[in-house]
Amino acid sequence: MQKPAPPLVQLEGVAKRFGAVRALEGVNLSVPAGSCVGLVGHNGAGKSTLMNVLAGTLRPDEGRVAVSGHDLSGSWGVAAAAGQGIRCVFQELSLCPNLSVAENARIMHPALRGLGWRKRAAALIAERLDAIFPRHGIDPDAIVGDLSIARRQMVEIARAFSVSDRPARLVILDEPTSSLDAVLAAQLLAYVRRFVAEGGAVALISHLLGEILSTADRVVVMRDGGVVADRPAGEFTRKNLIEAMGSVAHEDAGDARANRARTGEPVVSAAPEGQTDDRRLTLHRGEIVGLAGLGGHGQTAMLRRIFDGAGGRVRDVTVRGKTGFVAGDRQADGVFPLWSIGKNLTVASLRALRGGGLIQPAAERIMAEDWRQKIGIRTPDVKNPILSLSGGNQQKVLFARALGSDADIILMDDPMRGVDIGTKQEVYGMLRAEADRGRSFLWYTTEMDELRHCDHVYVFREGRIAAELSRAELSEEKVLQSSFDAAA
Amino acid sequence: MQSFLARHIRIALPALCLAVLLAAVFVMQPRAMSYVGLNLLLNLALPIAFATVAQMFVIAVGELDLGIGAYVGFVACVGATWLNTDPAVGVLMLAGGVLVYAAVGALIFWRGLPSIVVTLGMSFVWLGLAILVLPTPGGKAPDWLQAAMKVKTPLLPMTIFASVALALVVHWGLMRSSYGAVLRGAGGNPRSIERAGWSLIKIHVVMFGLAGLFGLLAGLSLVGLTTSGDANIALRYTLLSIAGVILGGGEFTGGRVSPVGAVIGAMTLTLAASFLSFLRLDPDWQIGAQGVILILVLALRVLINRTEARAA
Repeated sequence: MQKPAPPLVQLEGVAKRFGAVRALEGVNLSVPAGSCVGLVGHNGAGKSTLMNVLAGTLRPDEGRVAVSGHDLSGSWGVAAAAGQGIRCVFQELSLCPNLSVAENARIMHPALRGLGWRKRAAALIAERLDAIFPRHGIDPDAIVGDLSIARRQMVEIARAFSVSDRPARLVILDEPTSSLDAVLAAQLLAYVRRFVAEGGAVALISHLLGEILSTADRVVVMRDGGVVADRPAGEFTRKNLIEAMGSVAHEDAGDARANRARTGEPVVSAAPEGQTDDRRLTLHRGEIVGLAGLGGHGQTAMLRRIFDGAGGRVRDVTVRGKTGFVAGDRQADGVFPLWSIGKNLTVASLRALRGGGLIQPAAERIMAEDWRQKIGIRTPDVKNPILSLSGGNQQKVLFARALGSDADIILMDDPMRGVDIGTKQEVYGMLRAEADRGRSFLWYTTEMDELRHCDHVYVFREGRIAAELSRAELSEEKVLQSSFDAAA
Repeated sequence: MQSFLARHIRIALPALCLAVLLAAVFVMQPRAMSYVGLNLLLNLALPIAFATVAQMFVIAVGELDLGIGAYVGFVACVGATWLNTDPAVGVLMLAGGVLVYAAVGALIFWRGLPSIVVTLGMSFVWLGLAILVLPTPGGKAPDWLQAAMKVKTPLLPMTIFASVALALVVHWGLMRSSYGAVLRGAGGNPRSIERAGWSLIKIHVVMFGLAGLFGLLAGLSLVGLTTSGDANIALRYTLLSIAGVILGGGEFTGGRVSPVGAVIGAMTLTLAASFLSFLRLDPDWQIGAQGVILILVLALRVLINRTEARAA
């Protein structure tokens, strides 16, 4: 009674190296029961590595791991962590796409076996989905690969919170809202507070500082593999949090450029497949046009339609110029996982790197090296495999691929997923500079802040353009209203 | 609604193909529409179905078995010799074969070897062993095995009942049981299975072991039908079994397989051969024509998948 209860999980002096890269150095972290710890830091600061250590998927090279006061450093691993009720929602989605939602729940719960396990698995996951995301509309028998990326993420989150004979005492959420729209994200964060109030613990990683400040009890700031600040959330503001992360704090909401007149022939003109009225999406030279709305309401389909249209394969879509694509679903449409960083970066520009019908390795290397510095890809050598990079840095490579190519029109499919604030600011600046040079951008984003960088915004709902807003008309309220209300 | 329809057409496609082929055979040769006719048409389907299911287990974990044909031949040779003359030794040899299959699965996973190379190598081992066991075609299958393959079932030939039973048993084991979900998950996202605390090496051992077991059943049913063995008897099973899995709705990667589809695929391939004979097609062209049928079915599937994707 005199001694306070030991924290649920305590890491002491944890260090982890990957070859020459020191991912973690002497990190201390304690997660008490009944609290939410927020974790922030730049891409490559070591957040994901730390979470992997916590989840048991990585063994630390040095340091101590204790759960409820018991030292488990010797036997720490996936099994030990799972046995202690530690769950993790990884940044890269980790469901089996060929299995149904219920079958994926079974993978996590060995107790779901014997007669009627399907029904029990379906009930278990449906109950948790209902609790976290009311009116989610996900069928437990649906095959995961057929679901949208947002729904897959919802299933994975619900699975992490589900309880069978294995308890859920600490749930680690690594960028859980990156694929969710504002409504779903709010539902999740509200559920996190309820879970914590009932005595559970949550470790939350997010690049959206607002989420961290509103949800976490304590905030841990990481930089270069170490913890640089660990204080109650109340002591942080957006501003000093950004300062603690070590990035220059400039929170400008887009530059205050005058509204440009939309004149001349558009470079892209297209209508969504199911558009009932005569609204069309148009993009003019040098513009940044945003596609807004809730996640999965036809924005990605629209981008793909335009991309296909550039090949002249789609009726009712005209595209003047070459198109490039920046994927948001990195694993599915983005990286070549077995290739090096350099090869991933230059693949869209191979024609320009040719000499006598062959690729010139020297030119390839120069281009990769050039972009590594320009966009700040954190790697000692562009010959390293792409998967050696953190998620945000992989995304930078995809940006470099599109910006480095000769495409005039660049389509971006929610490209800032899992990218830290500092990088975002750099990329915003780069987009603006490229637009001024005559490139045009179509940008699907789920974040309001990013829409402020656009010259013109189309709000999508149920596969159709529901509203068209110029820069002057743009407001969060209007976007939300058009996202939800048919009458808007 | 459209996607619902497309999804069900996709699942039903293998069965539809079989029905169309069967109808075409019946139209051209109405006498095939009898007990004896069906038996003649389909009696070689059962060994192919077993081999296809064996291949399916391997494909389910994202690997490929290029040795299954030679292995089936080896089993047939043992079945026509040792199993008849010295059953104890024969059973031990066959059990050893299944264990070797499981060990190969472990080796492929443990060392990260390409399964195509390892199983191709193993195919020479099996062929060599088969020739050692039975240097020239001949031998004699045990009487009980011949009798088992000649069982006369009411209404429809035994092959059909056995194929249905095979499809249902494997469907239950792989698609409905709780460990089956884990086995298939290993083909879909191995990392996720590992993070949930399952042993991937054990899964590979189980799947390759099952492939060995069903390959064994293929060899025994084959030798029961032909009554004598030959080391080269089943070499074409390797490609037939792969084609059967794909025809039945399976995919090479991602753990997407269907046991019912695989059995139907095997029967479709068997029927396609008979169908082409009925067409009086020159045997030289038959293999090519079989390939064309395969390509047509797969093209149809791609078309359906695309409709489905568009509707989603």
